Amino acid sequence: MFIGIDVGGTNTDAVLMDGTTVLADVKASTSDDVTSGIVNALDGLKAKHPFDPAGVKGVMIGTTHFINALVEAKRLAPTAALRLALPATGSLPPMVGWPERLVGAMSGRSYLARGGHEFDGRHIAELDVGELRRHAADMAEHGVRTVAISSVFSPVNSEFELRAAEVLAEELGPDVAISLSHEVGRIGLLERENATIVNAALRELAAQIVDGLEASISGFGIDAPLYLSQNDGTLMGVDFARRYPVATFTSGPTNSMRGAAVLSGFDTCAVVDVGGTTTDVGVLTNGFPREATSDVAVAGVRINFRMPDVLSIGIGGGSLVRSGAGGVTVGPDSVGYRLTSLARVFGGDVLTATDVAVAGGLAEIGDPSLVADLDRASVREALDRIAADVADAVERMRTSTESLPIVAVGGGSILLPDELPGGLKVHRPERFAVANAIGAAIAQVGGEVDRVYAIEPGRRDAVVEEARQEAVDRAIAAGAHPDTTKIVDLDEVPIPYLPGNATRIRCKAVGDLRTEA
Amino acid sequence: MQRVVPEDLVALARGAAMLGTGGGGDPYIGRLLAEQAMRAHGPVEIVGLDEVPDDAVVLPVAMMGAPTVMVEKIPSTQQLTVAVQALSRYLGTTPTHVACMEAGGVNSTLPFVAAAELGLPLVDGDAMGRAFPELQMVLPTLNGVEATPMSIVDEKGNQGVLDTVDNRWAERLARSATIDMGCSAIISLYAMSGAMTRRSFVPGTLSLCIQIGRAIERARAEHQDPVRAAADRIGGRVLHTGKVVDVSRRTQTGFARGEASIDGVDADLGRRCVLRFQNEHLIAELDGVVGVTTPDLIMVLETDTGEPVTTEGLRYGHRVSVVVAPCDERWHTPAGIELVGPRYFGYDVDPVRYDRIPA
Repeated sequence: MFIGIDVGGTNTDAVLMDGTTVLADVKASTSDDVTSGIVNALDGLKAKHPFDPAGVKGVMIGTTHFINALVEAKRLAPTAALRLALPATGSLPPMVGWPERLVGAMSGRSYLARGGHEFDGRHIAELDVGELRRHAADMAEHGVRTVAISSVFSPVNSEFELRAAEVLAEELGPDVAISLSHEVGRIGLLERENATIVNAALRELAAQIVDGLEASISGFGIDAPLYLSQNDGTLMGVDFARRYPVATFTSGPTNSMRGAAVLSGFDTCAVVDVGGTTTDVGVLTNGFPREATSDVAVAGVRINFRMPDVLSIGIGGGSLVRSGAGGVTVGPDSVGYRLTSLARVFGGDVLTATDVAVAGGLAEIGDPSLVADLDRASVREALDRIAADVADAVERMRTSTESLPIVAVGGGSILLPDELPGGLKVHRPERFAVANAIGAAIAQVGGEVDRVYAIEPGRRDAVVEEARQEAVDRAIAAGAHPDTTKIVDLDEVPIPYLPGNATRIRCKAVGDLRTEA
Repeated sequence: MQRVVPEDLVALARGAAMLGTGGGGDPYIGRLLAEQAMRAHGPVEIVGLDEVPDDAVVLPVAMMGAPTVMVEKIPSTQQLTVAVQALSRYLGTTPTHVACMEAGGVNSTLPFVAAAELGLPLVDGDAMGRAFPELQMVLPTLNGVEATPMSIVDEKGNQGVLDTVDNRWAERLARSATIDMGCSAIISLYAMSGAMTRRSFVPGTLSLCIQIGRAIERARAEHQDPVRAAADRIGGRVLHTGKVVDVSRRTQTGFARGEASIDGVDADLGRRCVLRFQNEHLIAELDGVVGVTTPDLIMVLETDTGEPVTTEGLRYGHRVSVVVAPCDERWHTPAGIELVGPRYFGYDVDPVRYDRIPA
């Protein structure tokens, strides 16, 4: 048995799972301290489906806590960023272009020092230990409690970041947390460094939250290991979570899509999440969301995490339905959360998508008699419009000509017919309201490599094999079962203007969580 | 004359990414550096070609190397200034204007750094009207302007000046030095008089970049079609709208070659566009027929946002539109085609202009 918990801003959802079977699910309110909400959720699960806490093999938690702390600029520790790069990069020091409010909230301080590598591993400059010690003394003087270290091309060679961390630890003592960029992000200095600084600022909060989570789980009598969901839908152990809270940032949408997929039984499908105002369409391939190609900004800071690729269209349960010269239109404006007071079926006077769904017999919500007078043809036209727009969104997300099953979730999914235009069958899993928690519970363990390789003639296959093996090794080191670990993503991009067939290889391996028998 | 302030740079960078025709590097870093330099030294004046006096001393400045390296080993603002100063010292002249080699990618934003730091105006124009991969591929070459003497500097303080027998040798020797400098160097070259600059530059391309960027932003804000807005702004047309269904890449002699296949959607349903690229997009085929080739511009934009997509950023499933537009007419002369036509890049086809085949 596994327990999956999703700690959202409003609700804490929990599920008790046996394999991919949901034994029980429960919704509780999120508490300010996080932990009591979790205890309530666990109590709720036990009330619904009595279980022996000792029989739980793992607890997986997905949380928006850390990203919210950044967005709200709250509970951030006094942070220093040290970049090893001089004489290069000095014109754009760490935290350049950041919102001032955020820098202020973490009392951010920037330091530049000699170091860094060229693309081919040569040193830009040698480390100057004396310089590092002087920076450390200044950090200590200013009450810095957590440090982010970045170095040019550290994904190619991490030696300088590791050495600088040793020097800082000697000067600042063991209580100052140090985050290293090569462990956080990929090629792209500013974005990787930004993610590392954000991570550093969240380290103290991470320690507190993880302690709290562990205490609430063990207080419940569960002796199993605790995991947190990462951005890519894989798990990290609590020791890793203490050091890399930033890796939880985008786990929310990922868990939701993966949970929906497992509920439906498809591992390659389009997930259509129909809310009150928008419909979000994402695509899962082999159980993992396809990732968006562009960089993302969180709280005004550019980071190079890959987010799930989601297409949003302006159709939801609260979308306004209008008749005009050009026919019936649906959305993109919506009554939003005021649906239950403004919609016709709830006694209001605004015609919404929910009203036409009720009039068309797709759902029974509110008082159907209040929409009995609607013109049949117009209702049909509105529902056809919704189906056609959603089908079009799915079509645009599809990456091959093969038919893709559609999994519909969300409160607004009543708007959709059982089959979309083009013969696309719509599957509606039960318990979709706790898809997030299920997504957390079923998560696997992953390992990733992202590096520039100089490929000598005839060596391409060997280099790719090396990258694959390293990804697999990393997954296993992170806790994946070797028998189930496989490559899920391999991307090879030659880099122009570099000699020696320089190629950037990104490779990701995942496997099932290894549990003690 | 137009005063460019940091707030203009987002639009400029976006327009430059479009004119980069898939190459030229993501101008984001260049934009940040230009913003820094302008914050420290004030706005930059860009002056039209007709405002450049005959006896002006115009020194173009550019980044040479791999854009992928530049996102790690970020150039310093001083490097650009030092490159201009090194060349002017060798020439024994005092520059009156700084200029851009390319209207596409990072090399349209980086010269703002030198202009701001040196307190010089920047010429509103460039030597290509787009982006090309090698340094002899500029209109001044057609007018017999020599690339050298040229300066080349790295971030460590190393400086060199090359004086070569022709512009291809300049490309070759500078490329070797760039690699030793860690694959990212700043160069200043093609020193020209104001009169020669007027004859050899494509006018107005920097202000055009700003206008393209603005047109895309405005269309988005007004829920209009940003791709159409961008195409209209440069007198081009939307060749194809679809979804990337295949991208293959390989490296040959230091350049990333590849093809992308884009299956049509909506009005283009059932049609396939294949793009052949070599850093920049060079050939667009429609259903197996060559539709448009270099030197005309072939650009890929995200269909929904109008955001330009580089060849490195093209990925399976990307929803994109292919926009084609005319290049500067001088590229269509026999000498221009020899320098940057399809055969120079190894494609055995005759050049085809952007409007040759019906939409």
